Amino acid sequence: MFDDFFIRALVAGIGVALVTGPLGCFVIWRRLSYFGDTLAHSALLGVTLAFTMEFNIALSVFIISSLIALILIQLQKKTNLPGDALLGLLAHSSLAVGLVVIGFLTFIRFDIMGLLFGDILAVSVNDLLIIWIGGAVILLTLKFIWKPLFASTVNYELAEAEGLNPDRAKAIFTILMAAIIAISIKMVGLLLITGMLIIPAAMARNLSTSPQSMVMYSVIGGLLSVIIGLFTSLEFNTSSGPSIITAALLLFILSLFKIKQSIKLKN
Amino acid sequence: MRSDQNILVKLNNTGLRIDDKWLVKGVSLEVEKGKIVTLIGPNGSGKSTTAKIALGIYKKIDGSVEKYTTKVGYVPQKISIDWTLPLRVNDFMVLTESLNKETIDEALSLTGVIHLKDKNLGDLSGGEFQRVLLARAISKKPELLVLDEPVQGVDFTGEIALYELIKKISDELNCGILLISHDLHTVMTATDHVVCLNGHVCCSGSPIDVAKNNEYKALFGEKASQILSRYEHRHDHVHTEEGKIKKN
Repeated sequence: MFDDFFIRALVAGIGVALVTGPLGCFVIWRRLSYFGDTLAHSALLGVTLAFTMEFNIALSVFIISSLIALILIQLQKKTNLPGDALLGLLAHSSLAVGLVVIGFLTFIRFDIMGLLFGDILAVSVNDLLIIWIGGAVILLTLKFIWKPLFASTVNYELAEAEGLNPDRAKAIFTILMAAIIAISIKMVGLLLITGMLIIPAAMARNLSTSPQSMVMYSVIGGLLSVIIGLFTSLEFNTSSGPSIITAALLLFILSLFKIKQSIKLKN
Repeated sequence: MRSDQNILVKLNNTGLRIDDKWLVKGVSLEVEKGKIVTLIGPNGSGKSTTAKIALGIYKKIDGSVEKYTTKVGYVPQKISIDWTLPLRVNDFMVLTESLNKETIDEALSLTGVIHLKDKNLGDLSGGEFQRVLLARAISKKPELLVLDEPVQGVDFTGEIALYELIKKISDELNCGILLISHDLHTVMTATDHVVCLNGHVCCSGSPIDVAKNNEYKALFGEKASQILSRYEHRHDHVHTEEGKIKKN
């Protein structure tokens, strides 16, 4: 019925959506959209590194993204520049350095469009394993740190005062962010990963009344976006990333009708 | 080793300095099981800072804190919930500890907000929110309860009822309470020990001793002093802007 590559893409996309759903909620709650973007931009550097050292792409992206997160934390301590300026600085300089390095690697042919916007043809069985095993590890870790992370998202001092160790939860969450970017880069592409994190979660906020329901709607939204997006991508031969994100956007727009209703009810 | 088995938290000459400015300095106090210690003082005198030092929220402090319990309930002075976070009262109750339904309902009933259980936190009034904060802090049956102006925005009759509740909790759970309050009248009647702050400890002791103290009067005025005392003293120093003390 479908080609193997399409089934692989579907399985990969579903795996990614299951993880971006809950993580995306925290990205919105903790206002980390641009932080996610910065890590994703730095992923290009990770990819080039993987090619030059003949290293696993996901692993090398994970290492570079974690490194950038560490550098960011150090810069925040050392300078008085505002957070968004530091994020912009790191995002664009790491993207630029990545592109310059690619320019030097004339002996390798890069599919830049695929890297930036995702390529469903590129998903191999090996990638599926990375996505599903990596995704399972991310979700289990998130479940493990849920209480301290969520409590400190609501109020840091409350979590600290009542002995939940929010700093450790935050550090672990940063690593999870780097990990989700590493495993989803082939599907969505590095320019659009943050969209996959934010848009389904934003849609979910419009429909939900509790944190648990927001996570659930966010996962459902992500799954629908992947399925609709991939079929569109197959039908019209568009890049997989933009197709998935456009589907997510449409779902978000639909969710706005629901929230309009509830605001009307309140008034 | 703690000198007294009843001590829950002890501050030894603690202080906090941010960018060469002392928020609070040289504070020593201890909270014991079943006792209510109240911090009073004008705005910016370091009451909340002292409470946070006792809770271990600040890492780089002067002096030392000895804490002998991990079962802590905290009502912060202010807390704002972002719209992006859908949070009902019920979700908020289990924020730091999982509790069963009966425990949650009991605590919400005690503070009179059980009817708000399924409401969104963002839709509550200031007073209602304050009652939920208190319910959450007591629901986990803490050994140490830190309450930073727990009745702000609560209506007059509710205020009295909540103070009575706090006193009752202290007796029933035998927990130590560190209370920050502006309501001098309540403070003077329900407290075991008063610490009067103004960047440093101005005076401390039993409510009656403190009310007699000249520094207390200098801070709060003659009227406040007359609540429990008719003594009159001259105060011997004034406070400059940097929190320094100048002898007269």
